[in-house]
Amino acid sequence: MANIIQTLEAEEMQRVLGDKTIPEFSPGDTLRVSVKIKEGDRERVQAFEGVCIARAGGGIQENFTVRKLSFGEGVERVFPVVSPMLESIEVKRRGKVRRAKLYYLRGRTGKAARIAERTTGHGIQRREKKA
Amino acid sequence: MRTGLLAKKLGMTRVFAEDGAHVPVTVLQLDGCQVVGQRTKDRDGYVALQLGAGSRKAKNVTKPLRGQFAAAKVEPKAVVREFRVDEDMLVEVGSELSAEHFVPGQKVDVAGTAKGKGFAGAMKRWNFGGLRASHGVSISHRSLGSTGQCQDPGKVFKGKKMAGQYGDVRITTQNLEVVRVDADRGLVLVKGSVPSAKNGWVEVRDAVKKAAPEGVPTPAGLKAAAEAEVQAEGGEA
Repeated sequence: MANIIQTLEAEEMQRVLGDKTIPEFSPGDTLRVSVKIKEGDRERVQAFEGVCIARAGGGIQENFTVRKLSFGEGVERVFPVVSPMLESIEVKRRGKVRRAKLYYLRGRTGKAARIAERTTGHGIQRREKKA
Repeated sequence: MRTGLLAKKLGMTRVFAEDGAHVPVTVLQLDGCQVVGQRTKDRDGYVALQLGAGSRKAKNVTKPLRGQFAAAKVEPKAVVREFRVDEDMLVEVGSELSAEHFVPGQKVDVAGTAKGKGFAGAMKRWNFGGLRASHGVSISHRSLGSTGQCQDPGKVFKGKKMAGQYGDVRITTQNLEVVRVDADRGLVLVKGSVPSAKNGWVEVRDAVKKAAPEGVPTPAGLKAAAEAEVQAEGGEA
């Protein structure tokens, strides 16, 4: 018998995501996360754009941390990967990093907090070689 | 008072509510939860239902118990428990209970055996603070400290919190909300945590301190009844 908890989690992911898909992204990538916000009975979408500095957990429990500078102040938000409150996740730029958790960015600003762009590797389709 | 259910704790996961909030749930599974016997006022002096769940090989069941199951015409069960009920809430022997016994939004009490922690110190068992890490403390960093006064009273008071066996006792968690019910797979999803290790047996009852909502099946949610209903609906359509 299949593991019922796993089946339940798979079903719940299916139900929450519907026809949405989660793009492949990893720490170092710059993301634009659109979050649904409820104000009374009105609902609107707010974007949060910044660098993904960590992914934690797995399956339906997985979450990721996005860090940005807002008026010179560092702001971090943790989102669940699977959530009905997430409208979309858009990968703006892929970053070249050498570790899974980029907590070292917390102590840095400006030039020191730069991340080089990644043009090859996972999540990027290889361009055809010119003949 | 309705009967409860005998269920197996499968583990925990999360589901999402309509408003997007995430709800931590414990998954409870019904595994052949059947009525094995009845206790009546005339014969036993009290009214209760004896439920059994799970399955056990016939060869591993003692002869007297095998006789009990044979009399009830049910397969040998892994666990058998009694649930006190009102006289008009008795259910026939042999009928199988369905997860639809409970309705979403309802509050339930769940009883199970807590995980055993063995002989635990006062820090783990009673959340004592322990002693300091330095400043002359020697070898007794996790000790419980003083246990009382001096020559008067000259004894340690009864009930003093000390080290000892922790866990492996029956615990009832009250007023847990039923989040979802899956009759096909026999699953009840209950909000929050439930005593017992994974694959342990728990008793799920209507909450004692909250009135059951309208629409809960009486005397009990039975599998046969649910199937008959489906057939009737199918016939009409």
